[in-house]
Amino acid sequence: MAGVASSSRQRSKIAPYLMILPALVYLGIFFVVPFFSLARTSLSSMGGSVYLPTLTFNWDFSNYLDAFSHYQDQIIRTFTYALVATLLCLLLAFPLAYVIAFKAGRYKNLILGLVILPFFVTFLIRTIAWKTILADDGWVVSLLGSVGLLPGEGRLLSTSWAVIGGLTYNWIIFMILPLYVSLEKIDPRLIEASKDLYSSNRRSFTKVILPLSMPGVLAGSLLVFIPASGDFINADYLGSTQTTMIGNVIQKQFLVVKDYPAAAALSMVLMAIILVGVLLYTRALGTEDLV
Amino acid sequence: MTTQAMTAVGTAEPKTVKGSPKWGDLILRIAAGLVLLYLFLPIFVIVLFSFNHPQGKFNYSWQGFTLNNWAHPFKYPALTDALKLSINIAAVSTAIALVLGTLLAIALVRQRFRGRTAVDTFLVLPLTSPEVVIGAALLTLFLDLGWAAGYTTIVIAHVAFEISFIAMTVRARMRGFDWTLEDASMDLGASPARTFFKVTLPLIIPGIVAAGMLSFALSLDDFIITYFVSGSTVTYPLYVNAAVKAAVPPQINVLATAILVISLILLAVGTLYRRKRIEA
Repeated sequence: MAGVASSSRQRSKIAPYLMILPALVYLGIFFVVPFFSLARTSLSSMGGSVYLPTLTFNWDFSNYLDAFSHYQDQIIRTFTYALVATLLCLLLAFPLAYVIAFKAGRYKNLILGLVILPFFVTFLIRTIAWKTILADDGWVVSLLGSVGLLPGEGRLLSTSWAVIGGLTYNWIIFMILPLYVSLEKIDPRLIEASKDLYSSNRRSFTKVILPLSMPGVLAGSLLVFIPASGDFINADYLGSTQTTMIGNVIQKQFLVVKDYPAAAALSMVLMAIILVGVLLYTRALGTEDLV
Repeated sequence: MTTQAMTAVGTAEPKTVKGSPKWGDLILRIAAGLVLLYLFLPIFVIVLFSFNHPQGKFNYSWQGFTLNNWAHPFKYPALTDALKLSINIAAVSTAIALVLGTLLAIALVRQRFRGRTAVDTFLVLPLTSPEVVIGAALLTLFLDLGWAAGYTTIVIAHVAFEISFIAMTVRARMRGFDWTLEDASMDLGASPARTFFKVTLPLIIPGIVAAGMLSFALSLDDFIITYFVSGSTVTYPLYVNAAVKAAVPPQINVLATAILVISLILLAVGTLYRRKRIEA
């Protein structure tokens, strides 16, 4: 980064601040302040009548206790689904990213374009398509049924697997692209060097390619895990009442039941668990240059 | 479990027989091809079902081929209006976010100032917060302020999440440029204004265009945040969501396919244009 501002022209000291100020003020008001509103609401009590509810801020921590006691199942389910979906994304994205980075040759840009293309269709419509694909009378169910691979209930739609599958599909692009970027940066000569030094394919994969692709794995996992744990569309469209996630509860409490303090407390809990998870994960992998 | 599986992916048979890595290579290519097919599976279904002739309210199972839906793509005014509104919101919010985000990106790449790293880190936060929490937080803010949810609150929310995407895209495209070109232009007697329009702007325009397209697409597709701050306003994704609960007309598939084809054409034109410029 040295030499970034090494231009010989003199620049005024306040110019950069004038340039960043509008965006930062905007994000301050409409990104940071809302979190204070959320925290405040989560510590308020609902009062007034059903028709004219009022919120009173009184450090009411009982909303948090209720969030944990009422929605423990949903909390555990949410993070289990998000974790499994992230692992599936990694498993599916790796061979594709690897082939694009090392084997695609002059078709590299074409395949990259193809990978991005499905995501030009609205997320909701893609999820509706999965409803058709996984339907009880669909060919996937009859195919899996005929080879005896169908899970216990004899159907796919409205099961945990449908929801996890939907989460995997909808965010896999955020795994493929960072993985591809970090694999693409690997100098092929390093792999050749490891082979020249009598490393087996397996060894050069585990000792050269995998460690060097870690920034991509880290970024990709976070970019999949975070939105997946906040999602409610896949559970809503592809799941049943047995597969509701925290997102579904937050959405319902906010927009249908209108119990704002409970919904706000649940949102804060979701955010806190994600933050702690992200911190532990980045520390464990030891990669600090995330972006 | 993943590590083992991933190892298996990149590993060929042990190097006992000459040429056996070819097999590993083949397996890898087949795996990649299958994943690509998986990505396209719902897309095939969406395109196919735009030609479906559904008997009931829902377009979920194949009933028979028809060109009727394509002949009347705008049969449902509510759907068309929702799409128009979404395009309007995407254009307006992207225009605002482009100004704010580009200025921020230029300052981050070209200027040195105290707190630059802090701003860098801060920019990642909107991208790493779950949408449901961002939407919920904005809703509580608007409730506190007593603002009615609608068009304005949707645009405000979209600008808020677009700024980070735009700033990061423009910044990524600006890295590694030869900024001494600006000095050269000034040395040759060009005024700062002329230098900006003749040298700086042409250099950063491709980055701004890419960021604008990304931002437009994100806004058009956003459901979760919009859902929280929309009130009774219906955008394209909100229309689709309401349809899932009531009735899904095949025109949804027609318009989705049309958007896909238009994107494909834009993508192809963009690629050809870039290739031509590189060749020239």
